[in-house]
Amino acid sequence: MTLRWPTSSAPALRRAAMIALAVVLLALLWEGYKLVFPEDGVHIGDSLVLPRSDDASMPHLKEIVSVFGQDEVSGSAGSSTVFSSVVSAVWYSLRLAAAGFAVGVAVGFLLAVAMQRARIVERALLPYVVLSQTVPLIALAPLVYGWSGNLTLFGADWQPWMSVSLISAYLAFFPVAIGALRGLESPPPVQTELLSCYAASWWQTLVRLRLPSSVPYLVPALKLAAAAAVIGAIVAEISTGLPGGIGRLIISYAQQATGDPAKVYAPIAGAAVMGLFAVGVVSLLDVGLRRYQTPEGVS
Amino acid sequence: MSVEPAATAAAAVNLAGVGKTFAARGRGSATEALTGVDLTIAPGEFVSLIGPSGCGKSTLLRIVADLVEPTVGEVLVNGKPARRARLDQDYGIAFQQSGLLEWRTVRGNVELPLGLHGADKRERRSRADELLALVGLEEFADHRPSQLSGGMQQRVAIARALARRPALLLKDEPFGALDEMTRERMQSELIRICAETSAAVLFVTHSIPEAVYLSNRVVVMSARPGRITDIVDVAIGERDEDVREADAFFGAITEVREALRGRRVA
Repeated sequence: MTLRWPTSSAPALRRAAMIALAVVLLALLWEGYKLVFPEDGVHIGDSLVLPRSDDASMPHLKEIVSVFGQDEVSGSAGSSTVFSSVVSAVWYSLRLAAAGFAVGVAVGFLLAVAMQRARIVERALLPYVVLSQTVPLIALAPLVYGWSGNLTLFGADWQPWMSVSLISAYLAFFPVAIGALRGLESPPPVQTELLSCYAASWWQTLVRLRLPSSVPYLVPALKLAAAAAVIGAIVAEISTGLPGGIGRLIISYAQQATGDPAKVYAPIAGAAVMGLFAVGVVSLLDVGLRRYQTPEGVS
Repeated sequence: MSVEPAATAAAAVNLAGVGKTFAARGRGSATEALTGVDLTIAPGEFVSLIGPSGCGKSTLLRIVADLVEPTVGEVLVNGKPARRARLDQDYGIAFQQSGLLEWRTVRGNVELPLGLHGADKRERRSRADELLALVGLEEFADHRPSQLSGGMQQRVAIARALARRPALLLKDEPFGALDEMTRERMQSELIRICAETSAAVLFVTHSIPEAVYLSNRVVVMSARPGRITDIVDVAIGERDEDVREADAFFGAITEVREALRGRRVA
């Protein structure tokens, strides 16, 4: 994933145009499919090979857009609109994801530093770090959710939302641990030897050499972690049933799909925007840390 | 310049019976990189190490720098054990790769060794500016290393090596990656800088003319096992550009070449 901050306004404009074009293409694809293919899908023999294109399966885009303006509970005056429900659910989930991201980044980074510090730690830990990602998230969620009410941490009871943030952190720490480890180990021998000739301590070498060298590896890793934290939060909300967030909203709107098929897509769109927003915010790091992005030409 | 090894304990470098064997890895057998090296470098003396690839000249320099520990023998730098000398930063070092930190300015790179050991900001800055003037790069102090040519990057590396006013400079093929013209200019500059700082130099090179032009003594080494086979005293007088075309210069080159082929008659 190479999301580079544009250096002048011309590439920025081109990028914005490309994104707009991608959205338009996606919309055309959606409506074009509805136009071309039969309502009950394409069958070979008895099996469905292309999905149905009727209005219940694939509502028109303008239906989906108009859903945002509807009342959440139709017919009841004073109920909030779908739009405001989605926004507040996104805001709620985003905060859980942010907490998970913060914990995940801290843990991943500390693991990377420990692994870089001692080869034996790397050999001991790295297989487990990789193994951790092969455990299906869905399997962990109920386990972690069961902690609430049964666990007290530093005098505070374990809250249900903490389980969601923890699962989000569990997804987010991995890219950071791997990326930071590669980054911390990226300085060439000539530079680490120079620092050792200067009698620099381990800490000085970390701060003056390894950390700055790790930036080109760390920033993409943080972007991946941001996306992973968002996905982790949503999946955890769905599988634990925690109310208030976008995950729960996806479930509850899906249950109303027969009556209002377009409504399902509103929280899904919200979740997509939420992921883009999270990655976008982390991408701002590119601006602040641009001088640590290594250009060519130094030997 | 005096070329006699000083009899005092304060020789810049004193190696006695130094040997290095790299342990066997996997199925390979142990490699004897160096054996029986005795060498003394006087204060202010310029000594080059020359020899074929694998003769252990870089290993020898790294032993003096305490980047590699010798298997046997004694290593004294400024009269101290090599580790003590490294921790006291008694030497400055430059490699073939400049190893400049890209996120620091040229000045910031020269300041790096000073900042690690408590020099205050003003002191660091004035010393860095002084050194950049010495290597003729004062105008480039605020540039990034990538904006500099390879020769200029090497000059920054030399300035950085001189930052702590070391009595000894260790140089591992610092001009190896430069073109011939730049290389000769850098050599003349190095001679001038050494005269101004009166530091002793241990210089590893592949180039016979370079070794002869720069050195008071050329230490000739051979491989398998790495050892010193000969030491050529170079007496060619003042190093100016004319020296490169003088008979004495070519005479010394021939002498080193013969020594490298093991045919020199002393």
